[in-house]
Amino acid sequence: MTGPGGGPFGRGLRTLSIATVAAMAIALALVFFYAPIEVEEGFLQKIFYLHVPLAIVTLCGFVIGGLMAIAHLRTRDRHWDLRSYVAIHMSLIFGVATLITGSIWARGSWGHWWVWSEPTLVSFLIIMLLYATYQPLRFAIEDPERQARYASVFAIVAGAFVPMNFLAVRLSTAYLHPRVLGSSSNLPAKMQFTFFVSLSAITLLFATLCSYELTAKRTRMLLKARSRTLGFQ
Amino acid sequence: MAATVAALLRKELLVELRTLESVPGMSLFAVTTFVVFHFALNQNSVSGDEAAGILWVTLLFAAMLAINRLFVADQDQGGFDAFLLAPVDRSAMLLAKALALLAYLAVLELVAVPAFGLLLLGPPLGQALPDLLVVLVLADVGIAAIGTLVAALAVQTRARDLLGPLLALPLLVPIVIGGARASSPLLSAGHASGVGGPQIRWLLLLGLYDLVFGLIAYAVFDFLLED
Repeated sequence: MTGPGGGPFGRGLRTLSIATVAAMAIALALVFFYAPIEVEEGFLQKIFYLHVPLAIVTLCGFVIGGLMAIAHLRTRDRHWDLRSYVAIHMSLIFGVATLITGSIWARGSWGHWWVWSEPTLVSFLIIMLLYATYQPLRFAIEDPERQARYASVFAIVAGAFVPMNFLAVRLSTAYLHPRVLGSSSNLPAKMQFTFFVSLSAITLLFATLCSYELTAKRTRMLLKARSRTLGFQ
Repeated sequence: MAATVAALLRKELLVELRTLESVPGMSLFAVTTFVVFHFALNQNSVSGDEAAGILWVTLLFAAMLAINRLFVADQDQGGFDAFLLAPVDRSAMLLAKALALLAYLAVLELVAVPAFGLLLLGPPLGQALPDLLVVLVLADVGIAAIGTLVAALAVQTRARDLLGPLLALPLLVPIVIGGARASSPLLSAGHASGVGGPQIRWLLLLGLYDLVFGLIAYAVFDFLLED
């Protein structure tokens, strides 16, 4: 099946999917059988291998969505807007997963489902609240070209907001959240390895899911265009 | 460019003076909110963190009222089209609207801050004023930049009154953080005048925010005005 640009849709989907499944399987195996049990928190700490990669991929997804939006505004190619939309949309889903896993971890280690006294979770919540308005904004604009343009503007502003927000919230609260990446040199080698495998697996998952969604959307658009040409809706 | 901004700004302020649709509403809203806070918190006077919190939340929500109305007249009465036909730099509208919003916020604070000092604030306001002014100015610039951008985004949508605050409030959280943390020691009993150590960090945060989002708003605004 070929698309308007001549390139095939769904190219590489099978490879990506197999790679993702393999990576996630390896990551889970490592998490449960290879990584050592952490001294202070015990078994619960293992959720870190899921929660932190989810958080990192979510934030990168938002920022990448902003970068793609810049590409859209510069080139006026609607495909960049589609990619931006899918990246942000997927990051929203991964973000909800991050908040849930974070709450579970918080409840387990600190006894509360939610703590204000730590900046990372709070910054994340604010960012999620902001991006939750992305889809209402998009779908409240009827004209498709304007919709794409406005969504790109929002994605750029919100993408720039991500680091700013982290800075602001971190300044304002005392840390309680374990500082993972800064202290990853303090992680024993086994944990570091498991962490990076998990990170790769979650990144692959994100890329695969985005590819699926992009393929589905493009196929649907192509189908609509073809049926319109042929004269039936 | 400067002439265009001046002309647009003059139009904005003239319209506001004649219709008085934003500023009196904002000021009244602020004073009423202070009364509501009195009942909600069941306190006669507040200071420190509480005072800073009440002041900043009230200012923020009053600003939302102005943000909601900022581009409505242009949208409904063809102001955008007229502007697009003129051979001027489109960012002039951003600057003019942001300056107008800044002016509305200044008037709001002229009313709201003394009202706060009268109604709810425990420690005397007089000493805190010079430093508080600096914090307010820095924060207002940020609110103006983001507010104008969000207003332009929201005005074209169907649910503009709803989306405006929904978009603006998360974006303005760093302003609330910077503003409230910076003002909290100013509004405490036993405040010593002079900008001290912990304050500089918040002023820098506000300044950085203003710079980053001012530049982004300037870069991105043109794309909102095309048709």
